[in-house]
Amino acid sequence: MTKQLLTLRVNGEPRTIAADSHHTLLEVLREELGLTGTKHGCELGECGACTVLVDGVPVLACLTLPALVGDADVTTVEGLANGAGAGAPGREATLHPLQIAFAEEGAAQCGYCTPGMLMTAKALLDTTARPTRAQIASAISGNLCRCTGYTAIYEAIEKAASRA
Amino acid sequence: MSEFSVIGRRLPKVNSWAHLTGEARYADDLFLPRMLYGRVLRSTRPHARIRRVDTGRALAYPGVVAVVTGADMPEKMGIMPSTQDETALAVDRVRYVGEPVAAVAALDEDIAFDALSLIQVDYEDLEPIFTIEEALEREDVKIHDEAKRANVFKEVHLSFGDLEGGFAAADHVRDDWFFFEGNTHAPIESHSAVASYGPDDKLTLWTATQVPHYLHRELEKVLGLPRSRIRVIATPNGGAFGGKSDPFGHEFAAALLSIRTRRPVKITLDREEVFYAHRGRHPVKMRIRTGVKKDGEITAVHYQSWLDGGAYASYGIATTYYTGALLTVTYRIPAYKFDGVRVYTNKPPCGPKRGHGTTQPRYGFECQIDKIAEDLDLDPLEYRKKILQPANSRTVNDLRITSMGLGECLDALQRSTRYSERRGQLGRGKGIGLAGSAYISGAGLPIYWNEMPHSGAEIRIDRGGGVTVMCGTSEIGQGSDNMLASVAAEALGVMPADVHVVSGDTSLAPVDLGSYSSRVTFMAGNAVRDAAMKLRALLVAAAAEKLEVPADRLLSAYGRIYDRDDPSKFIAFADAAVLAESKHGTLVAAGSYKPPKGIGGSFKGAGVGPTPAYSYQAAVAEVTVDMDTGMVTVDKVTTAHDCGRALNPANVEGQVEGSAYMGYGEIIGEEQVFRGGLHKKPSLLDYKIPTSLDTPVLEAIVVESVDAEGPFGAKEAGEGPLNPVIPAIANAVYDAIGVRFDETPITAEKILTALGKRDRRGEQKTRIGPDGLDTGKADPKRALRRLTASTDARERKRPN
Amino acid sequence: MLRLPRFRLVEPRSYGEAAQLLAENGAGALDRSKGTPTLRVMLVAGGTDLFPNMKRRQFTPEVLISLARVRDASGIQRNGHLDISAGTTLSAIAHDPGIRERSTALAEAAEVVSTPQLRNMGTIGGNICLDTRCNWYDQSLFWRTAEGFCMKTNPDVVCRVATSSPRCLAVASADTVPALLVLGATVHFEDAEGGRDVALSELYREDGIRPMAMRQDEVLTDITLPEADGWRSTYLKMRDRNSFDFPVAAVAAAVRWDGTRVSEARVAITALGSRPQLVEDAARPLVGTTLDDVTIALAAEAVHKAARPLDNTSGTISQRKRAALVLTERALRSLRPA
Repeated sequence: MTKQLLTLRVNGEPRTIAADSHHTLLEVLREELGLTGTKHGCELGECGACTVLVDGVPVLACLTLPALVGDADVTTVEGLANGAGAGAPGREATLHPLQIAFAEEGAAQCGYCTPGMLMTAKALLDTTARPTRAQIASAISGNLCRCTGYTAIYEAIEKAASRA
Repeated sequence: MSEFSVIGRRLPKVNSWAHLTGEARYADDLFLPRMLYGRVLRSTRPHARIRRVDTGRALAYPGVVAVVTGADMPEKMGIMPSTQDETALAVDRVRYVGEPVAAVAALDEDIAFDALSLIQVDYEDLEPIFTIEEALEREDVKIHDEAKRANVFKEVHLSFGDLEGGFAAADHVRDDWFFFEGNTHAPIESHSAVASYGPDDKLTLWTATQVPHYLHRELEKVLGLPRSRIRVIATPNGGAFGGKSDPFGHEFAAALLSIRTRRPVKITLDREEVFYAHRGRHPVKMRIRTGVKKDGEITAVHYQSWLDGGAYASYGIATTYYTGALLTVTYRIPAYKFDGVRVYTNKPPCGPKRGHGTTQPRYGFECQIDKIAEDLDLDPLEYRKKILQPANSRTVNDLRITSMGLGECLDALQRSTRYSERRGQLGRGKGIGLAGSAYISGAGLPIYWNEMPHSGAEIRIDRGGGVTVMCGTSEIGQGSDNMLASVAAEALGVMPADVHVVSGDTSLAPVDLGSYSSRVTFMAGNAVRDAAMKLRALLVAAAAEKLEVPADRLLSAYGRIYDRDDPSKFIAFADAAVLAESKHGTLVAAGSYKPPKGIGGSFKGAGVGPTPAYSYQAAVAEVTVDMDTGMVTVDKVTTAHDCGRALNPANVEGQVEGSAYMGYGEIIGEEQVFRGGLHKKPSLLDYKIPTSLDTPVLEAIVVESVDAEGPFGAKEAGEGPLNPVIPAIANAVYDAIGVRFDETPITAEKILTALGKRDRRGEQKTRIGPDGLDTGKADPKRALRRLTASTDARERKRPN
Repeated sequence: MLRLPRFRLVEPRSYGEAAQLLAENGAGALDRSKGTPTLRVMLVAGGTDLFPNMKRRQFTPEVLISLARVRDASGIQRNGHLDISAGTTLSAIAHDPGIRERSTALAEAAEVVSTPQLRNMGTIGGNICLDTRCNWYDQSLFWRTAEGFCMKTNPDVVCRVATSSPRCLAVASADTVPALLVLGATVHFEDAEGGRDVALSELYREDGIRPMAMRQDEVLTDITLPEADGWRSTYLKMRDRNSFDFPVAAVAAAVRWDGTRVSEARVAITALGSRPQLVEDAARPLVGTTLDDVTIALAAEAVHKAARPLDNTSGTISQRKRAALVLTERALRSLRPA
């Protein structure tokens, strides 16, 4: 088995690891970096649970080779809170408005699609400050949720947008 | 101002923060030191004898640490003690494609995957049975040798009231056949279990299960390890919907592999395996005969169901009874007969999915009620209101009805959707439909006979005023942890965010039977309230003494115990706790709940159906049918649900909306179907769970009947709201195009067939559905040819 | 977790280097040591089609040549004609205002491929080279073992869709291809020796196993669309769900208006056979007309006739045939002057 040395920039932190070259970004995040917040529902690109941001763009970690990520910024749910990972005084992590709105609206039921949903929603709000309901529905159409019927998720994203 | 400080408020769930930061630890998120990775070898045959399993090459493969097979755990198991017909891994016979046969543990998952292909299983094919009719008729092929008649797993016949008299008195009798296709839960989290057998000879199993307590019992039975040495921890389930409420082969395999290797072993199913684990909605054929007077009053109902159970029992005995048990609780039925048959077939076992066994008959019955209303020229909504089963009554099959809000649900829907005015007025291709329903707030009986509580809870208050609630419930996304915290917080006068919850742990928490049958809010809620009220009494007494105010004048809320008449007189909750502990010792109290006696009958079979309280609900669906392509769009579903009292309205609405979503999926596109014995769509691409761009606009209306026995008046909210959505959509499609859909799912193909647009002949239909059982066609010779063909198929080469 | 099989990843910086690597690693050679024969070396761009297939062990290449680091592999250029680099993502194409306005069918097609995430990853080149699909084939190794495999992976086994079929019946499923066909696209390939241009309409053939007349040692590098003056185009897709799903029937149509009359027309279909194809019999009657209902009905009838769906995708044969007809009617009607 060929291990390769990889340097990834995840949630603002440089991480160097040796990983099997056929392992996906999903596997590396969860198994090598301990970032189990990124979930997996099918590993075939058919559910969206493993959505992470690469340079701010939502992609599926289950179909991404870490070697090809290069020096792009990878953001996972663990990095969603503003200043996450920072320990200096005044840089304590504060929850992202999406996290607060999701809690308030009950947009996470079982919570399993939630990390991927949050990352998709963050990318949407980063490019579209006040998305319409139709824009939200399109944006999250690659993230299956089996619990909510999506309604509370729409409301949470709208609420987070309105507070930005 | 509300009488409550917690109940009825839209507070964030206490476990939200873990969900939203990625900190929630689901089973597959656990990585233990020295942990091995397991994978399960599954049957490639629908029905075969296992001649030999050779694990030698797999064991010799570098990195493989252990292999186990069925012979290592031959003890029969299954969720229902009376019908245990499974083994953890197949012993000498396989009965469906995907059945677990062996399991390996290896240093990593790549090795485990590779090693599976090195295990050689020598199969001798047996004739498979795939349909209800074949299963009923083929005496010569037995999927289980124990079946008395052909492949019948269970047969039930119950009769109440004067059926013949009822039909004789009827002015009009409807006789309809229905078919409900099977479907599956498809939670986004696949099943996962981590077992760790330690040097102290104790086993810990972390697993995505809805039923840690029942699994605990089965582990003891199969592994031969005393329960005192087993600890089951239900990890947060990433969705379950009934699909994680059986004991599963991979759980036992992980446990045994850990016992053998004395290392932690994790087995996580991949998506395809979840479709084989199944235990989802039974395909059911139904015949419903209903007699009515001219004014619509029901005189008699004869309901018959044939359930395709798949290869094993699962909850099948309960499912069978449930198809007949709850039809009586919505509308007045003076005479009722129920005949139910569940058969074995060579497909993954069916079991409980949200609405367990009641979804299929409710679909048939509500479609039929719609037809009766039309036959009698009655408004379907007004008609339902006219024949409602009254509150505080008993049904013909001796079920106790207490609070009953179906009438209010119907009124709320009429106000919100103007159903009655809009029905029949939307133009061709557009339709509106209605249906009602009911569900249980927990089964009246546990699955194994005992006199113990159904739910127990323990609360501890620490010296800083911290409250810890311990209860064996399993958090499956329904919000049970938050319910426990909210009920305890309300009762004690603190906020849910100050409550620590320890749930789903057989060592740390008292038994709760599990997150199934929508029992948790009612039963665990009452248990927690019971425990909390005991502690509250101690704290209030201590506060009364300190404040010199009579105890009955004291209220507790927001972390204070205060004088109702002069709120400036108060004591902080934490101070009261110190006073109470000084006086009474450590502040711990246990509470428990058991349904009252007398909520059901005493006949054989009376165990399924009773509940301490029924939830009621109704839905209105609005659809658009594309008359050219046959595609159906459900534009909106409005559901009104009587949940007794909404402990947290946001969470109740979430359950109601999620139920509507799932019901929509079941009738529009989801189907667990097979080609031969092979699942036709075992992936999230092919099994069509609705996306955000498909899902209708969902509106939830909460109706509160405030149940006298529920915790703060609450009843269930997680399952019942699915039921009316399916017939409401079928009835809406009828309103749109004049075609009755007496079978699910409603596909474009079927719409085009009905509209006469499927082919050039242009023959139209006013109904799509079965006309009866497809019996008399089981031809052993043909079947034998098929067996040969199925065996040959695997070898089939191109002719040269 | 379902994992990728092991492979060696190489990351050329240019198409020339990629072609060289293909040749060096025995492009087109089959590895027969793995139960089902598999290509020894394969190209991967976005990976959204190949990686799921690899996880299901439909392919287990020893060497994967990633095109992700090829310089200038992505971009959209306009100088009279439109030049799209093969590595351009489907999102970039869907969001490009020029494509939206002048090559509408392509933007519409790119926009309905799978999901937003997969469009962010998947490339136009990858979509053009999408493997044909079949619900007897796009299954796991376990499933296919239980079935006994099929012709597409094991040439000595029958086709499961129609056991007497002499060829593989897997279905062309790329959304962008019919759009590119009606827009008159040409594709450019490079190999170790040089390059060649091929009209997209010449690229596909009626064979589920080798659906493209493309050599194994070639790399698709660019797509060129001619000047779009006077053309209006659209793409309509039938699928079960409004996201994730491949088409079960799809129609692209383009017409060039000369005043009130159609001067040129093209109609293409996919997901209705192994080959995405221009339907000449549908386009011909449109020329010289005003796209009146009668003409459109004639065209739709021709598409209906050309559509040969089989029972190997979601949906049914009759439903999909009918969809082909209805989508053609709707597509053409939408191209009438506003």
